[in-house]
Amino acid sequence: MLFESTFQMLGTAVVVSPPILLALLGFSALFGRPLSEASIARLTQAAVLFSLIPAICILVLMLITGERYISIELGNWVKIPEQDYYFHLKFIFDRLSIPFSILSCVLCGVVGVFTRRYLHREEGYRRFFLLYALFFCGMVTSSLAGTIETLFVGWELVGLSSALLVAYFQQRENPVRNGQRVWTIYRLSDAGFMIAAITMHHLSGKGDFGGLMSSGGWPDGQAALTSGQALFVGTLLLIAAAGKSALFPFSGWLPRAMEGPTPSSAIFYGALSVHLGAYLLLRVSPIFGQSLVLQIMVISLGVISTTVGAIMSRVQSDVKTSLAFASLTQVGMIVIEIGLGLPYLALIHIIGHASLRTMQLLRAPSLLRDCETMENAMGMRLPRGSLAWTKYLPSPVRNWAYRVGFDRGFMDAMLDKGLVRPFVAIFQTFDRWERATTDMISREPSRESDKAELHPESTGRVA
Amino acid sequence: MPELHFPWLETSILVPLLGAFCVWLLGSGENSMRCAIGVCLTTFLLTLGELIDFVRLNAFEAHDHWPYVEWVFHQDIFVVDELSAFLLPLNALIYLVTVMSTLRIKAPRFSLTWALVSESILLATFSCRASWVLVGLLIAATIPPFVELKQRDRCTRVYVFHMGIFIGLLVTGWAWLQFVEMTSDAVLIPGALLTGAALIRSGICPLHLWITDLYEKATFGTAILFTTPLVGAYAVMRFVLPIAPSWGLQSIALLSLFTALYAGAMSLVQTEARRLFCFLLLSQSSLVLVGLELVNPIGLTGALCVWLSVGVAITGFGITLRCIESRISRISLADFHGLYRQMPMLAGFFVLTGLASIGFPGTAGFVGMQLLIVGCVEIFPIGGALVVVAAALCGIAVMLAYFRVFTGRDYPTLIPMRARPVEKASVLALSLLIIFGGLIPQPSVASRYHAAKELSRQRQINPITHDDELEKEVTFEFFEPEESIVPPAKEELSDSEEVRKHVP
Repeated sequence: MLFESTFQMLGTAVVVSPPILLALLGFSALFGRPLSEASIARLTQAAVLFSLIPAICILVLMLITGERYISIELGNWVKIPEQDYYFHLKFIFDRLSIPFSILSCVLCGVVGVFTRRYLHREEGYRRFFLLYALFFCGMVTSSLAGTIETLFVGWELVGLSSALLVAYFQQRENPVRNGQRVWTIYRLSDAGFMIAAITMHHLSGKGDFGGLMSSGGWPDGQAALTSGQALFVGTLLLIAAAGKSALFPFSGWLPRAMEGPTPSSAIFYGALSVHLGAYLLLRVSPIFGQSLVLQIMVISLGVISTTVGAIMSRVQSDVKTSLAFASLTQVGMIVIEIGLGLPYLALIHIIGHASLRTMQLLRAPSLLRDCETMENAMGMRLPRGSLAWTKYLPSPVRNWAYRVGFDRGFMDAMLDKGLVRPFVAIFQTFDRWERATTDMISREPSRESDKAELHPESTGRVA
Repeated sequence: MPELHFPWLETSILVPLLGAFCVWLLGSGENSMRCAIGVCLTTFLLTLGELIDFVRLNAFEAHDHWPYVEWVFHQDIFVVDELSAFLLPLNALIYLVTVMSTLRIKAPRFSLTWALVSESILLATFSCRASWVLVGLLIAATIPPFVELKQRDRCTRVYVFHMGIFIGLLVTGWAWLQFVEMTSDAVLIPGALLTGAALIRSGICPLHLWITDLYEKATFGTAILFTTPLVGAYAVMRFVLPIAPSWGLQSIALLSLFTALYAGAMSLVQTEARRLFCFLLLSQSSLVLVGLELVNPIGLTGALCVWLSVGVAITGFGITLRCIESRISRISLADFHGLYRQMPMLAGFFVLTGLASIGFPGTAGFVGMQLLIVGCVEIFPIGGALVVVAAALCGIAVMLAYFRVFTGRDYPTLIPMRARPVEKASVLALSLLIIFGGLIPQPSVASRYHAAKELSRQRQINPITHDDELEKEVTFEFFEPEESIVPPAKEELSDSEEVRKHVP
């Protein structure tokens, strides 16, 4: 009884701390009462600690008591008992969520401390920390979610904060275009997640992960779905995970995301956000056991992503993009591990890779200095690594691989050509038809919006 | 019928009408603006009072205390029920924030007098049930935008063409309905005419051109006030829902779903902010219609929730765009404007309201959208998926607009563009509603489910609309039904006169 109430108290602290931070920073911005840099930094540190310490305490208590599954029930957020509809606010602490949430807290904490100095006196300091709070809230919610709807809520918060942070340097067009692209891919892949969530809710009666697994907790549970259902839901979740983790064919957004400030690149695209898709696949991994086709799809996706990631990372000319594609390679391998039914290995891989990549990305701005220091210490140039077997490849293959790598697998071009352009062309045609119809009825040009002015610089009014 | 403790309804209709007269007397100065804001605020408080009073009554419907209209006309015209109780304050709020966010320099173009007249008509419409009075009010509501278009020397052909058909169908349909048996299949023809009228008013594709045209030619304020209260959806609830068979409603739901998708996709190719807003509104209002026509309680609940959230959020989104437009003129989306530094608060509000209108998690629309999708999946699973796709397209459009308007470059100007205190107040009020509505959705969901159940139960009265599946699914246990709406026994349903009495 004592342990139960302790778990409840600690679990609530872990879950509640990030939304409090978000509320404080959000309402201060909303009411036009901006906090000072120091206050923001202190609040951020406190929020991270109030999540991290209870999470570690829960881990220790779980090890002491032998409990492997703790659920924190915050009641029904929405309920319509007559229709058997419940939006259950449930958070679980198990062998998957505990390590991932601790990882999230540690890396968010490290990046928070780093950013305090990195963005000191920057104009967007408050905006960064507001989005950071949104991200932190989303990560903790996603990693501890006990129902698929709760996971979706966290997932969306992470997506929004990521897209806005990519466009952090908002006075330039390029970061903004990249932010828009990231958001577009997230929204479309998240549609898959939403449909999967509703389908799971529909099939199992509730979105509870416990209800989805007919027996046992993670990772030993058996999915309470038929093979066909597992294939359908699993495919949708795979699309969602591919979008979030930049797996093939959505990898094009990953280098674009590096336009954001280094701390956000480190935490989002190197460490946490990029692993969130893999985390989702791990969370629902018992589904994959229900369908061989689905399992093959997961492994294939992992293999393709790893291969293109490896090729692309070797030919990039800037360190952050190169690290981004290196992350993709590793995430692809993690997906393969999940597909092969090795969840613990995948989990360890996520933790190790996220920590390493955070460190690398945070050191990226001073890479040249580090290299020079090392070369000075060695008294010689650093050896240039190359794969021995590549020299046995025919020259056309090597050239092709270089082109593929350099053009980032033609993935963006493929999506633009195959999806975006036809879509835009079709609806622009409809728009022309609408214009023609209203012009015909009006017997005059009907669109005053054609006179809408561009930015003063574009029209030459301001130099 | 239970009685409210004050004539909230009739007073809230009368106050803007008297206010319109005062504003007209005051002319177009600062005083008239203050007067209009005061009138809108009073009206909003009255509708809020009506809501609180009604909730405390715990009844399905109620009418005014001291109903002075009834004393004059000897007819109980204005009645509030669970459907309209929440919509009246919502509509009053839409008017309040729109008038509050009107710049003084816009007063010559945006007529405050007509705005208050249309508020009075709108509140009367939402206080009325299917009758000739409602038909008259729906027709009367089309006049203020027409007058404005005429005053601004804009072409009214598109508007008149569509509204003419709307009025024709409405009047013919309702007149025809008076001469047919409610229990016979003959009701389907007038029902189809009324449906056509409601769909035109809702802007269902391909009958939506008048809305885009209105956004092109009318002032932004008038266009917002005429379209965001979703009068077309209300017409569906009053005229079509009580008589249309389930298959008919579900067919309309498919049409609405198509519109939601089409408008969502069209919003992505627009190069001007008003048009983007117009298509966003069309998409979201069509989603509300999808839910209303699903004829299952969960979908209906979702639609009623989304109606409230979309009403708040899309109005907020609209008035933010209007505030920006009033500073830099029409906003082209073919270019980046970089207004973030000039108006950071409006930028934040733009994202918040935009995301709330598409049902982003943590905002007021999220749970409603979830319920709507669940309801849709129950009827046709692919429809549920298409609702999600429509919402995703709108989400992309919202952020596209945000990036184009607020980012991408700097906007070099020395003229201060920050929000005025009144604008801030309206923006904050809507923000708080969106946030707290999102954090604590249960009261709203419970009340909307209650309303959905009662509306479903009323459909069970008529054999044309009776649904055996629904009867199994829903148990009517919350209310002691009023005598006037007690469903007659099935044997009695053959008596058409008896049924006519009960069908609203």
